[in-house]
Amino acid sequence: MSNALLDIHALRQTFPRADGGELLVLDGIELQLIEGQIVGLLGRTGSGKSTLLRSIAGLMPASAGSVTYLGQPVLGPAPGIAMVFQSFALFPWLTVLENVQLGLEALGLPEAEIRKRALAAIDLIGLDGYESAYPRELSGGMRQRVGFARALVVHPNILLMDEPFSALDVLTAETLRTDLIELWGDGKLPIKGIIIVTHNIEEAVLMCDRILLFSSNPGRIIREIAVDLKQPRNRLDPRFRDLVEKIYVAMTARTPTPPKIGGAAGTVATSIDTRLPRVSANLLSGVLETLAGEYSGKADLPVFAEHLEDDELFPMADALQMLHLAEIEGGDIKITDIGKQYVDAGTDDRKKIFQRQLLAYVPLAAHIRRVLQERSNHVAPKSRFFDELEDHMSTEDAEETLRSVTAWARYAEAFAYDDDSQTFSLEDPT
Amino acid sequence: MRLNVPISVRGSFFTRWDILAILLILGLLVFLGEASRHLLQPLSELQRQPVSLDPRNLPEYAARTTLRMLLAMVLSLIFTFTYATLAAKSKRAERLLIPLLDILQSVPILGFISLTVVFFMALAPGRVLGAEYAAIFAIFTSQAWNMAFSFYQSLRTVPGELVEASRNFGLSPWMKFWRLDVPFAMPQLIWNMMVSMSGSWFFVVASEAISAGNTTITLPGVGSYIALAIEQRDLAAVGYAILTMLIVILIYDQVLFRPLIAWADRFRFEQEPGVLPPESWVLDVMRRSRLIDRMTEPFASSWRRLLVAGWWKEVAPAKRERQPRHGWITFQWAVVVIALTALALWQVVSFVLQDISAADVLTVFTRGLATFSRIVVLIALASVIWVPIGVWVGTRRHVANFVQPVAQFLAAFPANLLFPIAVSAIVALKLNPNIWLSPLMILGTQWYILFNVVAGAAAIPAELRAAGVNFRVRGLLWWRRIALPAVLPYYVTGAITASGGSWNASIVAEVASWGNEHLQAYGLGAYIAQQTEAGDFHRIVLGIAVMSLFVVVINRVFWRPLYSYAERKFRIG
Repeated sequence: MSNALLDIHALRQTFPRADGGELLVLDGIELQLIEGQIVGLLGRTGSGKSTLLRSIAGLMPASAGSVTYLGQPVLGPAPGIAMVFQSFALFPWLTVLENVQLGLEALGLPEAEIRKRALAAIDLIGLDGYESAYPRELSGGMRQRVGFARALVVHPNILLMDEPFSALDVLTAETLRTDLIELWGDGKLPIKGIIIVTHNIEEAVLMCDRILLFSSNPGRIIREIAVDLKQPRNRLDPRFRDLVEKIYVAMTARTPTPPKIGGAAGTVATSIDTRLPRVSANLLSGVLETLAGEYSGKADLPVFAEHLEDDELFPMADALQMLHLAEIEGGDIKITDIGKQYVDAGTDDRKKIFQRQLLAYVPLAAHIRRVLQERSNHVAPKSRFFDELEDHMSTEDAEETLRSVTAWARYAEAFAYDDDSQTFSLEDPT
Repeated sequence: MRLNVPISVRGSFFTRWDILAILLILGLLVFLGEASRHLLQPLSELQRQPVSLDPRNLPEYAARTTLRMLLAMVLSLIFTFTYATLAAKSKRAERLLIPLLDILQSVPILGFISLTVVFFMALAPGRVLGAEYAAIFAIFTSQAWNMAFSFYQSLRTVPGELVEASRNFGLSPWMKFWRLDVPFAMPQLIWNMMVSMSGSWFFVVASEAISAGNTTITLPGVGSYIALAIEQRDLAAVGYAILTMLIVILIYDQVLFRPLIAWADRFRFEQEPGVLPPESWVLDVMRRSRLIDRMTEPFASSWRRLLVAGWWKEVAPAKRERQPRHGWITFQWAVVVIALTALALWQVVSFVLQDISAADVLTVFTRGLATFSRIVVLIALASVIWVPIGVWVGTRRHVANFVQPVAQFLAAFPANLLFPIAVSAIVALKLNPNIWLSPLMILGTQWYILFNVVAGAAAIPAELRAAGVNFRVRGLLWWRRIALPAVLPYYVTGAITASGGSWNASIVAEVASWGNEHLQAYGLGAYIAQQTEAGDFHRIVLGIAVMSLFVVVINRVFWRPLYSYAERKFRIG
């Protein structure tokens, strides 16, 4: 394609693992950014979206495959590709103006030019009057405006955005989003294409011309969805709702896995090395109660998502499915019979049900308990399981997975963990 | 780098801030000229004009001492920016440099002086400059290590997104260093500079009267003044010296550190709510004076140009983070390091063994144990005294604001100044010097325990204290469940510094004199002091090596595990 700003071909990213092997994060990524488009990268945590963004920005070289920007391979930070960060990444010791000027100074432009362009960018993004303020004096929304101004001032061809609105409250995010789309639609932004990473489905449908859905572990593009609604888009437009629903269905659809013994269809097959979502037992109870009460056991996912934070829905859905407390099908979340029993039970019985589900469907929990039972003193060091997990996942994921299983096991009273001695044991403190 | 927006309207050219500013600058120039006038004179000049106890000389002595400390500070900063940066940026260098720094921190500097002076005298033979080098180097060694450590630790904790942002916007490594790394490290670095400056007073006294073999060179300064006053049993002179020190420390605080702290406040990454930003009148003068603005603008703008200078503009290509590989290069590097270590070890051992017997080594170790037991008792005593006081002070902000600067002054106070009282008392009351000289060792270092405990107690969240009140947690239970756990990580930090410093101080404190009265305690410090006096380099090296060994082993076996435990278990937030 002649007007492709960016061309990614067969991109693969791996991270080194503790045992010397490699962990596959992104695989077989094909992506073209065409002038005038906003492309959304949508996926859950662990799908490598941010890694992809960093590969495009030249912050991380490709393990295999290629990233080509305007016909040139991207081997390091390329001028013309600017980034907006989730946590703003402003320099706290520089004023708004100085933060915005930073990229221009690095270009070695004359001082007068730097000032002129910086002030123009500040004007464009609505930061007039804040030039001499320090980031800490600004609200989150204003800070992210500085982030935008800093990226726009270098007149990049491509603007990369890494969940730019997720650290903001809902209303602030909405305002900033609307402003940005308006500026983009009016052709006032000195950029030719945008790539935005998000896990907010509605945000993606609001902003993007194309949405790429990612699977997790490793991240692969599973689906591409074109959004041909006219801007400004209306959330209540039935076609908008249809798209959102379609994406929910696509993102919760399971890639078929060979059924395990005793595993029912439409459920999640897990093994010892499955990454466990970080969802508290409290939140699980809350969700089940709401689902059973307010929605009589079955709810539309996009509607139900309103109860949760952006990044909570999918881990929650995973956890509920994994424990067979709820099922997800065709964009609906439905409570199972056991889920209903759980909701109706009292505290102690709830724990018993949870323990049964945990030991039956989370192999890691069952594994730890078995090891503890086999040992004469019923104690085992954390490192024993940690090393096992580390052979299959990154150190952070292993840490996270152990923490999740510990939290669930504590609630279920399946086994105990002592952080001082870093050991698991069967005995609860008496 | 200030904004050039003309904030004030053009009025009279001179404001009162300008006048103050001019005075400050003129004073600085006169001081620098006066203090450096004597440097190039031949050594004989020192003998012709020996240090005198006339208090009228004290301003000049103070100026020269101050200049030495400042020069040493500049050297320490240069060392910090290079050594720590190298360690933080290169994995391979890190593996060698950080343990090395750790050891350097543990080596008793006071024992060093007599070893280095010969080298420096050779650099500028026959001139005062050589002795000045040696003195400045001695002061440098008391300042540099903790600054380098703090900078290294800051560099390793620079937030990842800011690093990515710098790279994304094409900042060269040079520009990133000055725009991101240094500002991020600044608050911690300045705090360490203050601690270093306080600590180095102790060494000023030792480094200005330098003995090189048979000759003793006395550089004019507050330190040599104090040494002479002690030698001549002149109590009034000791008083003048204390007064001078007090004034100098005050000036440092007001003119150097307070402005630095107030200025560096903007570099703090996280702002705790409710804490007032530090203020400094000197900084206000500098900021409000238009004249200074005009004078510094050319420097500021050439600095800006230097930051973006073309020849530094190379943007580093993207690097993959890799697990350390046991490749060929790493292997070669390991071989080089091992070879160097072996060479150094062989050097030291063969040097020491030239005329040292096993009995000598045994003596040194038993003396080491004697000093060790003193330090254990002293740290325990100091903890029992200062932890409750520190908690009491730290939980009352108005008291803390008053106590912190006082404690800082006391930390700077060289133990030598108390020798007159200690020695006279011990002689008059016929006390056992083995016991009663000991408190001198911890005199200067116990304050680190107090500082840190105060800081820790002040950091207990108000809600946590309110919860304590609400549940009527009082008395012993309050100490056991709230106060002590909350300050433990801070206390350990302070105690590590205090115990390391006490080892160092033992070289001065186990041997005390007041005129003709010489008292000595049995210990490793006294041993090193004796051998220094005797000019026996082999035994000095042996003593220093064993003392370093003690400090390193205690740190590794006791303090570090305790610290990581406290950090993991009790760090709030």
